[in-house]
Amino acid sequence: MTPATAPLGRVRLSAGRWNVAVGTIAALVAAYVIIDLGAGGEGQAQFINALTIGAIYALIALGYTMVYGIIELINFAHGDVFMVGSFVSWWLLTTLGFNGAITDPLLLGVVLAVGFVFSMGVMGIVGMVIERFAYRPLRSAPRLAPLITAIGVSFILQNLVQVGVSNSIVTTPQIIPNTTLHIGPISISAINLFIIVLAVVLMAALQLFIGRTRLGRAMRSTAIDRDAAQLMGVDINTTIALTFFIGSGLAGAAGVVQGLYFGVSVFTLGFYAGLFAFTAAVLGGIGNTTGAALGGFIIGFIQVIAAVYGYGVWSEVVVFTALVLVLVFRPTGILGQQLGERA
Amino acid sequence: MTGHPTTGPATGGTKPGIRQRLSRAMSPGTAFSARHQSLTTVVTFAAIGILLPVIVLLPPFSGFGTQNDWVGGFADAGIFVLLAIGLNVVVGWAGLLDLGYAAFFAIGSYTYAYGASPFTGLHIPFWFMLPIGAFVAASFGIMLGAPTLRLRGDYLAIVTLGFGEIVPAVFLNASTLTNGTNGIVGLDQPSFGRLFGVGDFGFTNPWPYFVTILGIIAVAFMLLSRLENSRLGRAWVAIREDELAAASMGINTVTTKLLAFAIGASTAGLAGVYSASKLSIVSPDQFNFTVSFTVLAMVVLGGMGNIWGVAAGAFLIFELQSQGLKQLNTFIGGLGLPAFNLGPITVDLATINFLNYQYLLYGLALVLMMLLRPEGLFPSRRRRRELHELPDEAERGNVELSEADEVEL
Repeated sequence: MTPATAPLGRVRLSAGRWNVAVGTIAALVAAYVIIDLGAGGEGQAQFINALTIGAIYALIALGYTMVYGIIELINFAHGDVFMVGSFVSWWLLTTLGFNGAITDPLLLGVVLAVGFVFSMGVMGIVGMVIERFAYRPLRSAPRLAPLITAIGVSFILQNLVQVGVSNSIVTTPQIIPNTTLHIGPISISAINLFIIVLAVVLMAALQLFIGRTRLGRAMRSTAIDRDAAQLMGVDINTTIALTFFIGSGLAGAAGVVQGLYFGVSVFTLGFYAGLFAFTAAVLGGIGNTTGAALGGFIIGFIQVIAAVYGYGVWSEVVVFTALVLVLVFRPTGILGQQLGERA
Repeated sequence: MTGHPTTGPATGGTKPGIRQRLSRAMSPGTAFSARHQSLTTVVTFAAIGILLPVIVLLPPFSGFGTQNDWVGGFADAGIFVLLAIGLNVVVGWAGLLDLGYAAFFAIGSYTYAYGASPFTGLHIPFWFMLPIGAFVAASFGIMLGAPTLRLRGDYLAIVTLGFGEIVPAVFLNASTLTNGTNGIVGLDQPSFGRLFGVGDFGFTNPWPYFVTILGIIAVAFMLLSRLENSRLGRAWVAIREDELAAASMGINTVTTKLLAFAIGASTAGLAGVYSASKLSIVSPDQFNFTVSFTVLAMVVLGGMGNIWGVAAGAFLIFELQSQGLKQLNTFIGGLGLPAFNLGPITVDLATINFLNYQYLLYGLALVLMMLLRPEGLFPSRRRRRELHELPDEAERGNVELSEADEVEL
């Protein structure tokens, strides 16, 4: 636990924008030192690995936090949406006949773009369908009701993939060539760079969308006060559906990334990924998109630090213990909640 | 939980006293069964214990297996009935969503493994291990609950889910203490001593196990249904309905919720001790999240809050999944239906193994149940009234609901 709390503590102290920047850099340096001490000569590679894993969790966590922010529902099926997303990209790539690295950069770019747009679109629609049929009818029901349908939807998605596609591990084609780029003193493989950049771009786009557009403003106002937003002319149903579309689309993107990075997918993938990502969302402060991204990276670092010190099998215990500690001592998460919600 | 008034109509001055109305609403059934609750429970379970083994001798059940097969299945179903009535205390009565209930089941099982196996060299008799297992599980329930029960419902769900994952992970990874993946084997058999001519229960004869679990369930039923109508039981319902109002009425919400957690956990501990002794082995993979979710599905489908409904739901679901799906395979396979094409997919019902669709069916059942009949198959009267408000109440209820939500923030 001690190594994991170091980056966490640094960020918590910060308040202003500069402090956040300084705190983040200090936390990253601390994490790097801790990883390097544990990993011997592999420190850099493991640090990048942590960033990559963190990026995947962050993408999933965004969906949790957006949905919770707007309708206060823990969308249990979200982890399984991510899992289905990884299967969609697996299906697409194998159907198109790829089975290894694509060396032509143009073709690679096109395939990646098509893969991401397709998977994100499909999962976005799946998310909207789930919301329409499993959550919307229960919007004014007691809270337990939609939570239970969410668990039900999670069962349905898992079982459909298990029975309909495969009940064991499928191997996703590794279409990104295994090359290492050298940028100054940093050696980073192409896939890690791609994933980190992609995640950052998607998160920045999301922030811009929520902060600067008319629809984003509708989402924020619905999250703050649904009735007042409706009185101001916001179409609540469309806004909530849009939230599900974006959140599930991001999970779909994370699913593609999972396939590209780990090369495998299995129908039970969503459970743990979902649990970890939800932990990330709570760590960062649920309802807060920046917090969810931050939480995702923290979870990535916790996992990698546990692994390099030889406690890889304990990583879930460490993550959940961190979750319990955060909830007990600071239920609003590291960055606090943007939405006035008492934990 | 969202709070909205349930005692709305009970304000008139000339109507029967609220206490009378409440007690009548809370203990449905005849005057006799209300007055002699424990006796009724014992008689009911004795009747179940006699009727079930007789029913399976009749067709069509007799065609599906021998009487001993069935009785062995009932002895396993009993584990889930016990788990379900325990979880009902937490979810149904106190309204706390516990998604890691299997953790307490695991703790009960491992307690038995430590107390009665060659692994530790201790050989404490099964009958003493039952209360010990319940006590240990309850202690862990309090340890988990004390820091977390202050959290709002959704957060509690996640923390319990995490706990439900941590416990099997610890049993798996702390291999010097728990023998890791292989688990602890060769646990002692329960024994009636020389009573009834049955010594050690053994593995071949299911009857002693059947009688034992029936007895455990009957005792748990007596204790729990007395709790339901006690001061504590009313406090649970009050907290479930509106925590703020309950607290301002002088209910210590943290202690009350802790008790729900501990009592639910102790029931799971009992189930764990029994299940470990029956299987004679404990290993971490028996306690993954599917167990927690299955029991939750049983509670929800049976009818949250109604102990009889929950028990019936657990029993029916267990038998449906262990016998029903198997028989469905045989039945559909025997019909000789031709395969047909559904778009690009060829569907051949004869070769479909319905056992694989168990979780799909659970999932569909959970979603449909919440949408169409949220109070469950055998609802508690109170829950049904909450979930199906009268038409004129519904509009008022909606407004009050959102207001209550805001107060909660």
